[in-house]
Amino acid sequence: MDRSLFRYIWRNSKREQIAILIMVVLAQVFYFFSLSLPKTIVNDGIEGKVFKSAREVPFLRLEIALPSWLSDGKLTLFDGIYLTQWPYLVALSCLFLAFVTINGLFKKTINTQKGRMGERMLRRLRYELYDRILLFPTSHFRKVKQAELATMIKDEVEPLGGFIGDAFVQPMFLGGQAATALLFIMMQNWLLGLIVIAILAVQAFIIPRLRKRVLVLGKQRQITARALAGRIAETADGSQEIHTHGTANYERADVSDRLGTIFTVRFELYQRKFTAKFLNNLLSQVTPFLIYLIGGWFAIRGQVDPNATGWLATQGKMDVGAVVGVLLAYKDLPSPIKELIDWDQQRQDVQIKYEQVIDQFQPEGMIDPNLQALSADPAPTLSGDLVLSGVTVEDDSGTRTLDGISLTNPLQRSLAIVGAAGSGKEALGQAIARLLPTSGGSIAIGDRKLAELPESITGARLSHVGQDIYLFPLSVRENMYYGLKQRPLRAAEYQGEQARLRDHFVAESQRAGNSILDPNADWVDLQLAGATNHAQLEARLIEMLKLVELEEDIYQLGLRGRIDVERQPEEAEAILRARAELHSRLQDPALASLIEPFDRNRYSVNMSVAENLLFGTPTDRGLDIANLGANPYFQAVLARLGLADAFVAMGLRIAETMVELFADLPAGHPFFDQYSFISSEDLPQFRLMLQRLGGKGVEAVSASDRRLLAALPLHYIEPRHRLGLIDESMQHRLLEARNAFAKELPAELARKIEFYDRDHYNGASNIQDNILFGRMAFGQAGAERRVGALIAEVLDKLDLRNVVVEVGLDYNVGVAGKRLTAGQRQKLGLARALLKRPDLLIINDATAVLDGASQQRLLDNVLSANAGRGVVWVLGRPAQAQHFDRVLVMQGGKVVEEGTPKELASRNGHYAELVASG
Amino acid sequence: MNLNEEVELLKAVPLFAKVEPAKLKLLAFTSERLTFNAGQEVCHQGEAGDAMYVILGGRADVLIDKQGGGQIKVAELTRHGFFGDIAILCDVPRTATILATEHLLTLKITKDMFYRMVQEFPTMAVEMLRELGHRLEDTNKQLRAAKSAA
Repeated sequence: MDRSLFRYIWRNSKREQIAILIMVVLAQVFYFFSLSLPKTIVNDGIEGKVFKSAREVPFLRLEIALPSWLSDGKLTLFDGIYLTQWPYLVALSCLFLAFVTINGLFKKTINTQKGRMGERMLRRLRYELYDRILLFPTSHFRKVKQAELATMIKDEVEPLGGFIGDAFVQPMFLGGQAATALLFIMMQNWLLGLIVIAILAVQAFIIPRLRKRVLVLGKQRQITARALAGRIAETADGSQEIHTHGTANYERADVSDRLGTIFTVRFELYQRKFTAKFLNNLLSQVTPFLIYLIGGWFAIRGQVDPNATGWLATQGKMDVGAVVGVLLAYKDLPSPIKELIDWDQQRQDVQIKYEQVIDQFQPEGMIDPNLQALSADPAPTLSGDLVLSGVTVEDDSGTRTLDGISLTNPLQRSLAIVGAAGSGKEALGQAIARLLPTSGGSIAIGDRKLAELPESITGARLSHVGQDIYLFPLSVRENMYYGLKQRPLRAAEYQGEQARLRDHFVAESQRAGNSILDPNADWVDLQLAGATNHAQLEARLIEMLKLVELEEDIYQLGLRGRIDVERQPEEAEAILRARAELHSRLQDPALASLIEPFDRNRYSVNMSVAENLLFGTPTDRGLDIANLGANPYFQAVLARLGLADAFVAMGLRIAETMVELFADLPAGHPFFDQYSFISSEDLPQFRLMLQRLGGKGVEAVSASDRRLLAALPLHYIEPRHRLGLIDESMQHRLLEARNAFAKELPAELARKIEFYDRDHYNGASNIQDNILFGRMAFGQAGAERRVGALIAEVLDKLDLRNVVVEVGLDYNVGVAGKRLTAGQRQKLGLARALLKRPDLLIINDATAVLDGASQQRLLDNVLSANAGRGVVWVLGRPAQAQHFDRVLVMQGGKVVEEGTPKELASRNGHYAELVASG
Repeated sequence: MNLNEEVELLKAVPLFAKVEPAKLKLLAFTSERLTFNAGQEVCHQGEAGDAMYVILGGRADVLIDKQGGGQIKVAELTRHGFFGDIAILCDVPRTATILATEHLLTLKITKDMFYRMVQEFPTMAVEMLRELGHRLEDTNKQLRAAKSAA
């Protein structure tokens, strides 16, 4: 990238810059006309000077003055329209309006053009910077902070966009204005002109010196702010460490220190800026001071002695009018000069910013962009031998983590690499996956040198799974597909207006030098996964999940996931079939005791009072169990059915019991969270309330206490809480309330609730609840496990398990996959690598977080699934090497033993020792 | 059965005989009531245990694995009986299998809960100790009887 911002701007936008410049010059012509027009309007239009000699004068007459030796000295292009005074004035006024409009339009167009050019350049710059991140060697990411990269691309280059539009136009325009004014002054009196020039020169000399420190400070401001962004990201990343080590105050001190530095820098910047401004203003006022003094002196001399002779007298002859003229001209001068100075300051500022940023984007060992070129053809398969010859890798400190490794292994022969920690086995795995740059030697597969293979081939044909799996914050499915997206395969279809917009979008991308590939195209390479259509791919995906034993987890996620009924009507229909099947099995009394189905005409004892009354799933927080009690409609229904008192009475009973049970417990005791209706903070309030009541009944409760008490029974579930509050007659009354609530439900509330309906899928509930269509009974031993088994059985019988799994695949894994467990992340990473059926699969101790038995099963599964293709597995447990064709034992960055597991085991050497030590 | 009835029931359990009713009520409130059908196992010998059970109704057999397979019934538990206390006190696997022989209603007191209660109300620990002492004495008696018989 160009070190000079100006060269960069000129190289990428010269055509636009020139076009804008031409427009600016053109605008000046109109501007000049619009300035001279008012004079004509006043003199001729209103005062009617020209009409003193003629009744009608030509309007819009176009004449070109010709040298006198040609005809009569004038060439008339347009004779004009002859008008009397009043129409002439109207015409002139309209012309004035037209000029003003044209000027405005010019201004608008120029500004839009400048803005567009600036934005385009900003886009180009950002894209180029991002592009370079993709070309960073992976080792560089250990040294840079992501947040700093983000701030640079996002914030630090932002001011450049505003400047780029003015980069060339502004100095030309302002310089032109200043030169004109200067010329005028010179023409009035060259001595005064010289003085003005001298003062400008002083300004031009002093101000940059004043600004030197300002620029240094500006640089500091940028760096300190960037470091702060990095520090904030560190706080977020290291939040666990901060809490476990109790270092929050240390962090506070650090950030306070940084903010203090930033403050100091910024404040000094202000001081300097305003000092410079002050001096600048002072200097610009010195000039009129001198003009008054010197010009005045000349004028006085001229009046006192009009016939004076001598050099000074002849050169300096000036009248009062000339002095005023010079002053006026000078008045026009400071503004362009000042703006020019401002522009120059801005120029230096953005130049520094630009250098600051691009310096961070040129690390050593950048990847050759050609390796990332888009390939039109599918990647060829890699075959033959994996050959390493003298592979050496050095870390930052110059230590050799790999020291001259040589090895030849046919791809189809599975290879295990074992060794103690620090033996270099992980580095070897990474080097084979081309994640570590080698400082010597070479790696080849067949006759292809690994270092020269484009990423379109390595990305498709190699897979590396390390201990740290990064998952994108997308669905499980999208994360699985991630390994299949080397190039767009089927263009997205755009129609009509969309197609036009898309074309425009692409053209604009092209102008800014951005990629024109369409992220909405279908990038998923079916063939790579061994599928011919998406349904097959989905099947392959589920197969891989089973292989790494993740399918059950995804199924469970699916049960807790939701279906969008509008978008997936078939799936919803299928779940309804599962519901029917499950309910038909509830004829079996052993199962019937486990689930209490929803029935509009029966009170469900396993649901809370609130759920019983709603008999549906709230889709809005306003009808949540916590807020329902405060809902006016709900209150009205209870009051109408005479239940208000009953609720207060029940609340009173609950409050009494809670105060009795929990009064002795210290505040914050875990029992409060788990069992109490009343939080430990609220308990004293209820105790006081009960004391005030002193055993009196519901009638004595005050209005505000009634509200508090009436909210308590909403959470009540009889078999769980067992206070004996809901007897059969209460059940009847609550059923009545349920029906009344639903019957006259206002439309705006109806939208916020989805009622339970045996024949309809409930989009607000998850799949499991939809299949159950009821509540698990309290107090049934092992109910959850048994119901889970029952649901699985039903789904299997109807062949619907995959419907649920596919909903599970939509589960968003969260930032860096944090919504999955470490084990699930590892398995997903492995499944993603397996899905593309790589010619060489490198697994770098990637199963370490799993227990021994799972590791073993996974190893067997992967080896058998990948049989015939290359596997290099860096093992955490040396004993597992016995399942491989060949074993490499590493020590101190060197291969110390090599052979089949049998040979090595019998040799009683390093391998045997490693196995023995676990 | 509501909470007060449960408390009455718990009072009749020897282990809780001397614990204040108020504390028993909290115990009952914070513990799950579990029903088992006839033929359902409550716990299995050798498995890890994390709860003790108090029988509120019904009947269960205490079975111990015989060497070489099969089980032998060593005792029968009925209303007010309790089991599973050894596993949560001593952190050992279940010492016996409990099989419901008829509809069995139990109060399940988790290990967590049990320790919290004991910490909250130390008098309960003393009661517990006394009860376990009695049981040890019973076992010793049986052992003596068995020895003299042999």
